[in-house]
Amino acid sequence: MATTITKPDTLVGKRIKRKEDPRLITGTATYVDDIQMPGMHHACILRSPHAAARIRSINTHAAAGHPGVVAVFTGADVAGVGPVPCGASLPGLRVPHHSILAKDRVYFVGHPVAVVVARDRYIATDALDLIEVDYDVLPAVADPEKALAPGAPAVHPEWPDNIAFTYHQEGGEPDKAFAEAEVVVKQRITSQRLIPTAMETRGVVAEHRAGQLTIWSSTQIPHLMRTLVAMMLGVPENLLRVVTPEVGGGFGSKLNVYAEEALMGFVAMKIGKPVKWIESRRENYLCTIHGRGHVDYYEIAARKDGTVLGLKLKLIQDLGAYHQLLTPAIPTLSVLMMPGLYRFRNVSADIIGAFTNCVPTDAYRGAGRPEATHGVERMMDLLAVELKADPAEIRLKNFIGADEFPYATATGLSYDSGDYAKPLKKALDIVDYHHLRQEQARAKAAGRLMGVGLSTYGEICAFGPSPATPAGGWESATVKVEPTGKVTVMTGASPHGQGEETTFAQIAADELGVTMDDVTVIHGDTAVVQYGIGTFGSRGTAVGGPALYFAIQELKKKIVKFGAMLLDSDDVSFSGGLCVCNKSGKTVPLAAIAGASYRAMKLPAGEQPGMMATYFWEPPNFAFPFGAHIAVTEIDRDTGQVAIKRYVAVDDCGKIINPLLVDGQVHGGVVQGIGQALYEQAVYDDNGQLLTGELTDYAIPKASMVPWIESSHTETPSPVNPLGVKGVGEAGTIGCSPAVVNSVVDALSHLGVRHIDMPLTPERIWKLISAGGRA
Amino acid sequence: MKQTITVTINGKAYSHEVEPRLLLIHYLREVLGLTGPHVGCETSICGACTVAVDGRAVKSCTMFAVQADGRQVVTIEGLAADGALHPVQQAFWEQHGLQCGFCTPGMIMTSRQLLERNPSPTEAEIRHGLEGNLCRCTGYQHIVNAVKAAAQAGK
Repeated sequence: MATTITKPDTLVGKRIKRKEDPRLITGTATYVDDIQMPGMHHACILRSPHAAARIRSINTHAAAGHPGVVAVFTGADVAGVGPVPCGASLPGLRVPHHSILAKDRVYFVGHPVAVVVARDRYIATDALDLIEVDYDVLPAVADPEKALAPGAPAVHPEWPDNIAFTYHQEGGEPDKAFAEAEVVVKQRITSQRLIPTAMETRGVVAEHRAGQLTIWSSTQIPHLMRTLVAMMLGVPENLLRVVTPEVGGGFGSKLNVYAEEALMGFVAMKIGKPVKWIESRRENYLCTIHGRGHVDYYEIAARKDGTVLGLKLKLIQDLGAYHQLLTPAIPTLSVLMMPGLYRFRNVSADIIGAFTNCVPTDAYRGAGRPEATHGVERMMDLLAVELKADPAEIRLKNFIGADEFPYATATGLSYDSGDYAKPLKKALDIVDYHHLRQEQARAKAAGRLMGVGLSTYGEICAFGPSPATPAGGWESATVKVEPTGKVTVMTGASPHGQGEETTFAQIAADELGVTMDDVTVIHGDTAVVQYGIGTFGSRGTAVGGPALYFAIQELKKKIVKFGAMLLDSDDVSFSGGLCVCNKSGKTVPLAAIAGASYRAMKLPAGEQPGMMATYFWEPPNFAFPFGAHIAVTEIDRDTGQVAIKRYVAVDDCGKIINPLLVDGQVHGGVVQGIGQALYEQAVYDDNGQLLTGELTDYAIPKASMVPWIESSHTETPSPVNPLGVKGVGEAGTIGCSPAVVNSVVDALSHLGVRHIDMPLTPERIWKLISAGGRA
Repeated sequence: MKQTITVTINGKAYSHEVEPRLLLIHYLREVLGLTGPHVGCETSICGACTVAVDGRAVKSCTMFAVQADGRQVVTIEGLAADGALHPVQQAFWEQHGLQCGFCTPGMIMTSRQLLERNPSPTEAEIRHGLEGNLCRCTGYQHIVNAVKAAAQAGK
């Protein structure tokens, strides 16, 4: 691939405040719920209160007659609408039919049953209470291991074993490695169900006017959503426009196609008026995908000197009741990344995908990779404990070497570039590891519970080469120089807080020699922007950025041709926003070149008028960021409360476009990781009722619950793309949870504690301490 | 039965007939078109709907519009004066105190009150003062920096 660009004095690489922010800090940005239209109606959705039930009858008569209500629809009315799509395919995958409204059975609490459309949302909410549904309540199962046990209630009666798929992958000779191992360590490790909790819930506005359907949705994938919803509704794709206004966070939860997106399209076409549905927080917790939901059984094989030989994993994935867009694919990402940064030449993994009477799991920040990292990083610590080795030393001993790239892993990946010891050594220096261990020994002698936890993570980002992804894995960009010289960029990525309006303006301004104020970045409107894939999997900058770079290179060829014509020279170069005749030194600015290209009084031979280029960039590989995180914790013996005294993150995401924004991504990611490690868990009871169904009961971190994060970087460019970037959106989350858990286990290890499952609530820790380490 | 209320919002008096059950947030957003304050949870946990009522930061998703009768309300839209950003707004921009921006209007309104009550807060005081406002994007660190920077600018 092309070499990495490094230029002095560029906007790329600088801490630059965002172009997005003025509208966001003044309250003038437009999110879906901010859209008001003449004649707009409001929809509210009746949802199942039961996790499993047959619907004997639905009576909507009273609701339909309620003043202000214009329509009520049930499953029978939407029979012509196609199912909610699953984009993942695995051999033998069982795919339940996923109707947008329940037909004769409900499968989880929150399952949509009917929709009421009314003049305003208060009336629609009132009318929901007037719908009578006669349910025949059935036994439910909400735990994946219980679902797989003989005699468990069948989530889908046609598949009484509750197994949606099994999947096996291995590399090398795992059985031989385990037979020859001097040490084998085993551990059951869970990654609990989490609720993504974007601060903006989902929302959809739909309007059907003059034969065109327009859907505004809070989504991360406007183009893919358009294609799939057009298929569901049987609407020609070119008569469906999807607009993604401001999106208030996604974290994977909006990387999906949901029933409500098609349902609002259906309603708008039926009533002939615009309709708005805004998800309540309760609905968001019940019906928008959850993340994680793993029960993992790990075995690690090693020599006595600490050299790792093999890794085995049996992974039970809690799928929920249905497959959303990528549900079954997520645990396969865990398998791909299970070797982490180490020379595991022999690996074996078995996944069992289990149906439960719960909302589906799917991609949540990290999507399979936090689970994998948590597993391998816990196992490396368990191995270190077993061998009485230092956890830093055992990692350094087993890292893939900086001279071994590209590195073919036992799971079939090719790691692009890396120097894994570098961030670990830097992090150890920052915390002054040697002295920290001495301090820990003094603390222990004084009766205090202090722990030091390491996590050295790798992640697969920049999704990705198309053959390796369920949809296309490329990204697109169009760059236009307008007749006045202003630059418009249209990206197929769909940023929702990541800041590409700024970082892409930095790239375009550098390449075209204009100011950032001269550049506007447009995204998220299928009527305006060429087809794109979207923003997820740390791909916005890592795949969308190179697409923009290549589009600009195409455009530069045209700029030079027009410049040569205007300068009447055959020896012209373009830099700093000017075409220069290398002989005479005469120049012509970009604005004049662009103006001439549209005026078209004269054209270079073979050139079209206008100044625009589009590029669809297919990445040749994923990119693989990495890093080292260290958490120093202290535990209150009397309450079990964990305090993170220091958190050091050294991340390598390749070349950095804007360090200010990268810091923001790291901080946010780490805090979501701390949320998983210490606070968060989606709890279903045995009947499938979600007990953590509101923000009152589900503990996302508050400002006072998280530490100061000491963030720094090493910079190993990716050879996969010309910008050298790797992606940073998920790094913090992926690196964090094992650092925190390793730290707490370290603090309690002298009590005999080997492992603790997340979240590390005070109750859980206090019980462990009280029982002298034997929980 | 509808009731007539008169509320001064961002310095301007409005009078409307509203249902007693209409929440203040919906009055602001849907009757007046002030869509800066957002609805994030409906349980007064997240703080995205925070506005100032008679100078105090209030979660407008758990207050009725009729309870604002005769009172002064300031929303995020009312902070910038004559085109100049409020120092807290400016600091959030400079310090990258926001990503998706959904919590930001509430976060800024609460930060403004925090600094009015305590012009030189410590980091711990800032974190404690923002406990009623949730952000899922930033990890709060740049928000803490923004409040510190705004405090500095106010000196």
